Amino acid sequence: MNFWQLASDVVFRLFRRFETIGAGLHRRRGRYLVVAFPMLWLSLFFLAPLLIVLKISFAEPELAQPPYTPLVQLAGEGEYKTTITLSTESYALIKDDDLYRAAFFNSIKTAAISTIFALLIGFPMAYAIARARPDRRIILLMLVVLPFWTSSLLRTYAWLGMLKDSGIINNTLISIGLINEPLHILNTDWAVYLGIVYGYLPFMVLPLVATLVKMDLTLLEAAADLGCRPLKAFFKVTLPLAMPGIVAGSMLVFIPSLGEFVIPDILGGPDSLMIGRVIWNEFFTNTQWPLASAIAITMLLLIVLPLLIFEYVQNTYFSGKRRA
Amino acid sequence: MKNNWFFKNWFLLACLGFGYAFLYLPIVWLILYSFNSNKMMSVWGGFSTRWYGELLTNEPLMSAAKNSLIVASLSATLAVIVGTLAGLALTRLGRFRGRTLLAALTSMPLVMPEVMLGLSALLLFVTLQTLFDWPARGLATITIAHVTLCSCYVTVVVQSRLSQMDDSLEEAAMDLGAKPWRVFMQITLPLITPSLIAGWLLAFTLSLDDLVVASFTSGPGATTLPMAIYSKVRLGLSPEINALATMIVVLVTLALAVTYFALGRTKPAVERS
Repeated sequence: MNFWQLASDVVFRLFRRFETIGAGLHRRRGRYLVVAFPMLWLSLFFLAPLLIVLKISFAEPELAQPPYTPLVQLAGEGEYKTTITLSTESYALIKDDDLYRAAFFNSIKTAAISTIFALLIGFPMAYAIARARPDRRIILLMLVVLPFWTSSLLRTYAWLGMLKDSGIINNTLISIGLINEPLHILNTDWAVYLGIVYGYLPFMVLPLVATLVKMDLTLLEAAADLGCRPLKAFFKVTLPLAMPGIVAGSMLVFIPSLGEFVIPDILGGPDSLMIGRVIWNEFFTNTQWPLASAIAITMLLLIVLPLLIFEYVQNTYFSGKRRA
Repeated sequence: MKNNWFFKNWFLLACLGFGYAFLYLPIVWLILYSFNSNKMMSVWGGFSTRWYGELLTNEPLMSAAKNSLIVASLSATLAVIVGTLAGLALTRLGRFRGRTLLAALTSMPLVMPEVMLGLSALLLFVTLQTLFDWPARGLATITIAHVTLCSCYVTVVVQSRLSQMDDSLEEAAMDLGAKPWRVFMQITLPLITPSLIAGWLLAFTLSLDDLVVASFTSGPGATTLPMAIYSKVRLGLSPEINALATMIVVLVTLALAVTYFALGRTKPAVERS
């Protein structure tokens, strides 16, 4: 075997190897395209941005365009080495500054209180909807979802107009003689709770209806036959069975309201600071990009935690159901 | 026992009434006060359609509305494409490398606060701009950010439809020798069309409604409707905003009614399959 034969053999084998890859790609090109397009889009416009936020959260603010120091200083003229600077200054600021700690605490408090109110209003509604005749149930459900399709900004604006000292709610309450002085609700935490409950009520009602519809009503009859009072039966039978819906609905209200911006900004007072608003202000008003990024990363961790709990509860529920 | 049952129902009806009053009172207020001739919103000054006229001649609001419609229809269409592909990949391709990643990527934006999405998208665009001088911030960058967010909602809609749907028809077509592309076009696509319409509408409304992501990713001169409304709302109440809200409520209700009846009629065919 001379050299040229050997060479052509090698080239041929190489080519064959590529040909099989190419044939595989060609055969499964539809498959690759279906996966690749959404994967690339989301990696580029969702995953990469998150990493950039993480990166900038470790930079230091600088009076420049863009307003932060580069982490990696490439060796330029007259310099000898590439340096990487990681600054945890922004995180230290979040940990030590009362303003940011208060914002985090306030966000959790607001989200928790709003979730409880949403549950208190949403549960009886969901119960009534689940017990309605099926043809009425569809209409009732549509009526719950319909407001969600109109702008949340405009619905929040409506509360701004209604809650004013001279707004329709205060005027009505004064004219029927219930109160003498207008209630100052606007620009307080209560207005924020109200706005969040209003905005996220469908997210509470829908999962609750979904679980309550599936409930076996003969269980309640059995409880009644065994001498259980309706109220006790509710706590012993209905509530435990509705738990997956309660957890899902509460998560769907709690998690997005943690980072809510529009509602606290329009309805809240100057001291009802929530994380979303702080990020917005640090970014737009103070041009503190590294700090805004660090707060965002911290908020992300705050959101991942309840999600993990939710996953855990979901899994234990589903495995429990499979056993039954 | 009978009395008890009646009491319980009475209580439930009261809860239901309270809940719906709570949900619809603000919308009724928006509509009612759009016809108030008095500029002071707290006093009723008589019926008037004056604010609708002023709204239609309000140049900044109208151009913002035009921008929003462009962005929303573009992002909804792109989001349906991205979301449908992702939904197909997650339900019909079995196990493949990166499936977990794709599932995570399509569900994370759903739980992420808008502020975070907006901030991260902007920082990406700034980075790209310093590296490649592209893209210039404006309607295009808003659209890209909206597609990213909305496609995840579309994925959820399409995925739930596909996983409920029996895949025996698709398998039968494959057995009869149809190529995957043809199976998709002739079997899968017609079956999931209702969810695609629902997903498009959802994406359209989400994009039309979004203030936070748009504010972060927009550039000079590119103002969307929520941004224009927000800057007006910060200055106080205005009957023009009420008129605008009324028009949006009417349009949305009409669109939903039309799709509901259109889809309602096609529903039996889908259910039969």
